[in-house]
Amino acid sequence: MNIATKSPTIAADADGDTGPRGPKPKRTLSRRNIIVYGTLLVAAIYYLLPLYVMIVTSLKGMPEIRLGNIFSPPLEITFEPWIKAWSSACTGLNCDGLSRGFWNSVRITVPSVVLSIAIASVNGYALANWRFKGSEFFFTILIVGAFIPYQVMLYPIVIILREIGLYGSLSGLVIVHSIFGMPILTLLFRNYFTSMPEELFKAARVDGAGFWGIYLRIMLPMSLPIFVVAVIIQITGIWNDFLFGVVYTRPETYPMTVQLNNIVNSVQGVKEYNVNMAATLITGLVPLIVYFVSGKLFVRGIAAGAVKG
Amino acid sequence: MVVRRVNARQHIDERSPMSESQTRPPSRLLRNLNAKIASIPMILTAVVVFAGGTAWTVLYSFTNSKLLPRLNFVGLDQYTRLWAAPRWLVSIENLLIYGVLSLIFSLVVGFVLAALLDQKIRFENTFRTIFLYPFALSFIVTGLVWQWLLNPEHGIQSVVRGLGWTSFSFDPLYNSEIVIYGILIAALWQGTGLVMCLMLAGLRGIDEDIWKAARVDGIPMWRTYLFIVIPMMRPVFVTTLVIIASGIVKVYDLVVAQTSGGPGIASEVPAKYVYDYMFFAQNLGQGFAASTMMLLSVVIVIVPWAYLEFGRRRRA
Repeated sequence: MNIATKSPTIAADADGDTGPRGPKPKRTLSRRNIIVYGTLLVAAIYYLLPLYVMIVTSLKGMPEIRLGNIFSPPLEITFEPWIKAWSSACTGLNCDGLSRGFWNSVRITVPSVVLSIAIASVNGYALANWRFKGSEFFFTILIVGAFIPYQVMLYPIVIILREIGLYGSLSGLVIVHSIFGMPILTLLFRNYFTSMPEELFKAARVDGAGFWGIYLRIMLPMSLPIFVVAVIIQITGIWNDFLFGVVYTRPETYPMTVQLNNIVNSVQGVKEYNVNMAATLITGLVPLIVYFVSGKLFVRGIAAGAVKG
Repeated sequence: MVVRRVNARQHIDERSPMSESQTRPPSRLLRNLNAKIASIPMILTAVVVFAGGTAWTVLYSFTNSKLLPRLNFVGLDQYTRLWAAPRWLVSIENLLIYGVLSLIFSLVVGFVLAALLDQKIRFENTFRTIFLYPFALSFIVTGLVWQWLLNPEHGIQSVVRGLGWTSFSFDPLYNSEIVIYGILIAALWQGTGLVMCLMLAGLRGIDEDIWKAARVDGIPMWRTYLFIVIPMMRPVFVTTLVIIASGIVKVYDLVVAQTSGGPGIASEVPAKYVYDYMFFAQNLGQGFAASTMMLLSVVIVIVPWAYLEFGRRRRA
């Protein structure tokens, strides 16, 4: 944008002066640039430091950690902590490592993402194109509900899940994630479908397509980007969840975050900081990969998904 | 439309479900049936879980439920006990300190970073990626990393001491006076990237001509930001404020991971109080009362905002 505003002045300079042509050299070291880049660099160090320390610590042996400082790179790289964190770190009496939590989290995240997006996209579609009496009313409750602290609804959901016999099971947690993902995702899809040209919908109606026909054959194929955004929101949100995992599952089915917390914050035994950091890093890896792969879409997702808090 | 024959109207209705305002034939409930069936999960969630669950919790907060919920009303007993509990008072105090500081710092830091990134700099994408990546991580991971960084024996404190400043002392996680600031540092690390992103989007929405006009008038850059750009970004600030505020009330995982509420009860927060009383102390009534107070605090934040937004739209 600035190029647009700056280039006329540069051009004017070049025209007016008979001196050397082209843009002024050495602008990069102006005082303003030093301040801007200096501040950004300091901030970048603050943001990168924890990741760096995590990686470095997870590659050191315990004796080196006890002697050295946390910022120094490992003298001897060892992958032992990673192996131990993955396959033999202990939570209580259980010593099969984070792998159990990882697979639990996969078994929770995949169905939750699919179910919550299926429900929310159909809801959004109904709200955008098939409004019925009361639909906006229910939608308002849903959006207001997004602001209610989860703690208020924790126990009623325990009762509901107990009544239908799903308390403590993975499917129960999948339902909980679908419920709490609904406000933001429904809003996302509703806004997206509303912005699509209405003629499209009308033409399909004239051609005799019904509710599901239009959804499956027109809306779904035309809105793949928004589905990708929804998948990103949901994968990171559900993978990172702790509260629902700890409330609605049993120790055997704990998701990764809960197990990680139990491994690192367990009071028994000697603290193995390298194993802890390896475990922390492994848990953070999935959302980090999603983040780095999705790039701009992630930014778009948080702009929409920020409400989830 | 109204004078049309019934048959024709039914036909029209089926064709254009948007025409809501007309009086309609007896088969009203069956009209648009598929959309209604498809919305059942949403309706159930909204009515049963969100509205019903909230009402249920508020109702049971007036009972003396212990291990199981019982409808044995005791008036405001739970609330009197709640506000007499030292742990709850510490939680509220922590939430206030944490809330005010994290609001101020994340808005200021987020805006400054966004403004710096908006200076048409090189490597903008790299910097943005760096500032935002912690937001992809969970609070558990955040809490555990910062627990390690702030570890007094190995972390920042020992490194600074190793450099020769032997009296240097910075161990927020083991000092009950400043423990909440240790949590704040971690929370800011995780959350400012989001604020920066929202602010950057707001800054990009400002018309370039405003900048040109300000430059022509010779207004210094900081004044342009302070008196022109920021007032213009009011909606962005309000949205961000609401997002941060509703996140603050929910803070739970971070504290659990970083300090487990310790040392002692120095870093307790309301959300943790609720969880512990509901699922550990088996004192449901206290948990319900505490969660109702959390709801109340959200209402205090959200309602004026909704009122302002709504009122503004009315006037406009």
